[in-house]
Amino acid sequence: MQSLLELMGTAHEQISSASNLASLDQIRVQYLGKAGLITEQLKQLGQLPAEERKAAGQEINLAKQSLANAIDLRRDSLQAEALNMRLEAESVDVTLPGRRMDTGGLHPVTLTIQRMQAIFAQLGFALAEGPQVEDDFHNFTALNVPANHPARAMQDTFYLENFGTEEPLLLRTHTSSVQIRYMEAHQPPIRIIAPGRVYRCDSDMTHSPMFHQVEGLMVDKDITFANLKGILDEFFRAFFEDDAIKMRFRASFFPFTEPSAETDITCVHCHGTGCRVCKNTGWLEVMGCGMVHPNVLKHVGIDSEQYTGFAFGMGVERLAMLRYQINDLRVLFENDVRFLRQFH
Amino acid sequence: MKISEQWLREWVNPALSLDEINHKLTMAGCEVEGVEPVATAFSDVIVGQIVEIAKHPDADKLNVCKVDNGRGEILQIVCGAPNARAGLKAPLALIGAELPMPDGKPLKIKKGKLRGIESCGMLCSAAELGMAEKSEGLLELPEDAPLGVAVQDYLKLADKAVELNVTANRGDWLSIAGVAREVGVLTSTSLTPPATSEQATQHADTLKISLPAADSCPRYAGRIIRNINPNAKTPLWMKEKLRRLGSRSLSPVVDVTNYVLLELGQPMHAFDLDKLQGGIQARYATEGEQLVLLDDQTVTLTSDTLVIADDEKAVALAGIKGGMATAVSNATQNIFLESAHFRAEKLRGQARRYGLQTDASYRFERGVAADLPRLALERATQLIVEICGGSVGPVVDVCADDHLLDRPVVSLRRERIARILGVTIEDTSVVDILQRLGCEVTANATGWAVKPPHSRFDITIEEDLIEELARVYGYDNIPAVLKAMQPKLTVKLETETSLSELRAPLLANGYQEAVTYSFVDPTIEGLLSPGHESIVLANPISAELSHLRSTVWSGLLRALEYNLNRQQTRVRLFEVGPVFSKTEAGIQQQDKIAGIITGSVFPEQWGQANRAVDFYDIKGDVEAILAQASAQKCYFVPVAHPALHPGQSAEIATDKEVVGWVGALHPALEAKLGLGQDVFLFELDLKVLQGRRLPVYQAVSKFPMIRRDLALVMDRTVLAIALDQAIAQVAPPSLIHWEIFDVYTGKGIAEHQKSVAISLILQEPSRTLEDTEITRIVGEVVASLQDKTGATLR
Repeated sequence: MQSLLELMGTAHEQISSASNLASLDQIRVQYLGKAGLITEQLKQLGQLPAEERKAAGQEINLAKQSLANAIDLRRDSLQAEALNMRLEAESVDVTLPGRRMDTGGLHPVTLTIQRMQAIFAQLGFALAEGPQVEDDFHNFTALNVPANHPARAMQDTFYLENFGTEEPLLLRTHTSSVQIRYMEAHQPPIRIIAPGRVYRCDSDMTHSPMFHQVEGLMVDKDITFANLKGILDEFFRAFFEDDAIKMRFRASFFPFTEPSAETDITCVHCHGTGCRVCKNTGWLEVMGCGMVHPNVLKHVGIDSEQYTGFAFGMGVERLAMLRYQINDLRVLFENDVRFLRQFH
Repeated sequence: MKISEQWLREWVNPALSLDEINHKLTMAGCEVEGVEPVATAFSDVIVGQIVEIAKHPDADKLNVCKVDNGRGEILQIVCGAPNARAGLKAPLALIGAELPMPDGKPLKIKKGKLRGIESCGMLCSAAELGMAEKSEGLLELPEDAPLGVAVQDYLKLADKAVELNVTANRGDWLSIAGVAREVGVLTSTSLTPPATSEQATQHADTLKISLPAADSCPRYAGRIIRNINPNAKTPLWMKEKLRRLGSRSLSPVVDVTNYVLLELGQPMHAFDLDKLQGGIQARYATEGEQLVLLDDQTVTLTSDTLVIADDEKAVALAGIKGGMATAVSNATQNIFLESAHFRAEKLRGQARRYGLQTDASYRFERGVAADLPRLALERATQLIVEICGGSVGPVVDVCADDHLLDRPVVSLRRERIARILGVTIEDTSVVDILQRLGCEVTANATGWAVKPPHSRFDITIEEDLIEELARVYGYDNIPAVLKAMQPKLTVKLETETSLSELRAPLLANGYQEAVTYSFVDPTIEGLLSPGHESIVLANPISAELSHLRSTVWSGLLRALEYNLNRQQTRVRLFEVGPVFSKTEAGIQQQDKIAGIITGSVFPEQWGQANRAVDFYDIKGDVEAILAQASAQKCYFVPVAHPALHPGQSAEIATDKEVVGWVGALHPALEAKLGLGQDVFLFELDLKVLQGRRLPVYQAVSKFPMIRRDLALVMDRTVLAIALDQAIAQVAPPSLIHWEIFDVYTGKGIAEHQKSVAISLILQEPSRTLEDTEITRIVGEVVASLQDKTGATLR
């Protein structure tokens, strides 16, 4: 039988050279198992003389303890090694793109309408709508534009082929028709905006036969031209997120407002110093507005002695183009996905 | 409307630069759209005179001229102009002169030889000086033009043409006089109009004038001028003034009437007296009456058209255009001059009905002052006599409306000014502004009674006067006052589905929002909605944009095609917009949300197996939208649609109505449109997608959840909805959920059959389910499935 000393030597050697957890466990069984070599030694203690037995027993137990410790240590080390290998094997290239569906986006016209809506909602303006196929009354007559009036030539109108109706039908040339529809159904105080498609028989580099407007209307007991200036001034600074934007009113003519104004803002490209976009004037014409004409109020049965109001009509495409620096109107309606993807 | 700075300053000359004047006009509503020099810059061009002329020995079309430069030299110049002749004065470009060229680079005049003959300079046409688009020969200068003087100075070419955008309400601005009046008001400068006096008469001949259509023509003034010189030429100063305002010189008499129209704003007409038969009538045409106009066009008139007629026939379209038969020609010696007042509201639309628009009709439709005809007639007479000579007859000025020259009195209340403008204007300023505008102002207890001038047809109510005050006071001087708003919450109901909420799932699924036209090509409409009653535009931009769309798909398909043609093979678009249909109640507009997809499911990426989209991809997207509008339960029902693949097409319906469609584009249509890949579409009615359920809490069971899977075989034609209904009919409350989790056809399953795996989830809210109960429920489900659909357990 091997001496304990020899046995220990071999065992420690085997433990330190064990290359995996399975062989380490075999070693444990070989020495410390029920029939292991150390266990055998303990079993043989009884054959020793009684005076040697105690010392020999202590020696074997110490050896057993030492082997168990060595195996534990070796196991820890092998486990750490295995984990490291696994981690290394499982590492990925975190710079590769993530797995995903692409996200879509809203059309710049919608983005612009949403911004306008949000700004005016804060001022308490509710949303209104009206039909796009209109009759002459709501698009013209009620807005103080009688038949054959030269003002009609300001807006080239699309008419529908007649199919038996007395009154000719047309595609609305402005969202101002919603003013009439709304005031027919509601009494002041009125505070609305009405976004939507409008149509004019005109198509070239700078005109689209279909475009969008946002109409605004406020009617109450004490609304003034100065209030109209105030609200638009506030709007433009909020819309362009620029407190340096200035606004000016120029006298103009719309049959449905009196006084009427064209609204100019500081050129958003050159900030008023003059550039190609503003034709060196430093100003950009952005919309028409004015005080609701008494004849318009009369048409919808509102007493113009008691109530006054203002109305404005913004061109959505115009503001979208200025906001996003789009220099070609036509791209807005081509729906090229490479264009549309730029807006999210 | 074009004006020239020099002509304007003859009428009103404030101590302001043109830029300053233009700014004031623009701010006051007379928008300056552009300013252009009346000639391009050139140098060293003087008045020269041809003293001798001889044929070029080697060139048929060239002449060799001896030209006096007025500076003691006779220059030899080779010239090809057809009107070159001895004695003619013309612009002479000296050696070293620089002439404008259309490309912007000046042409430098050098000494040179033309076909062997030396030429020391160049005689110029109007075009060569940038004064015309093209010219036929040398610019002929008057005989009294001073030799040797710079042409620029002689023709006063340091002038600017100003283009004005005149709004439809301000017909009074369509003349030099009108713009001058406005400048006078805005700068408090008085006017210096040319002196016009009543012309002395040399004979007593008149034409009888009658006004049977007084409602349209209440005033008509005319006079005869005899023995004018038919060979007279329009003087260069007048030609130049006309040119600078964009009017072409034709003949002296016509030029004078055009000149007066531009200067005073009164359209006039000259007839050849010898071609008129008897007197003049302003009457309505007889139905079908024909008239050959100046431009040789024949118009057939209706009985509501006003004409000027002699005793036999119509001779002019009143206020629009003269007739050919009585036109002034280069042989005319006796003329009848017309200066009439036509009512704007009666003349409106008349010119357009005959496809015409003239300087005269443009002004009459906007209103010409009723007090102007007489002045204009005297002014024109004066100019004609100056240029053509002639013997002047008396004016016949017939007025058929005693109240024509009455002006309405508009009352203006002091309180109302501040009420509308939000700013107080001093009484003295109010009166001053109104008087400068030419109004008669009388103070009264509440404000003023105001009589506007004849030219201001646009001033009829108090607000019109208030606008005038604001304009002259200056819109810039009105403060911007943000009114304190009464708070008004514009909160969306929680049970309301907003448009943004409907769009959200589409954005998450990779759709780009498109905006396409509401009018489309009838061809694609016909393919997508055969049998739909078309709504057609009477005046479309083009045939491709002539029909109102009945489905958003027509626009989306075009947009898809546009992208496929540009190498974009994976396209997902949606649009929110109207479609139109005819109903008994008229034209109905319905707003839709519609989408189109083609190409691969996912954008190209390394970590995801990809495949082409199919029906269930787009159906999933539709379900995601419907989930936002949970108030309505919607079903997908297999129904064919003419635009869709008959086996991949579903109607989307609530219990009450059809609300949309989803499916694959019909392969025949795909081929017709040449798309070359599978396309899937949906369209939903926005109106029914506007409600959502308000969530109501239900306690979550703490007891175990049991799952049982069923593997069933059945005929292939059995619909999932039939399985669903079969289970629902027998499902007790404890069967809380079931789901098809696999559908299989192929190996191991008979050809006409399919295998479907369904999971059943069972749970009781307040106790654990017993095995016996579970077995019973599953048994009932299996039995119902077999009974209703023929499905059997595998």
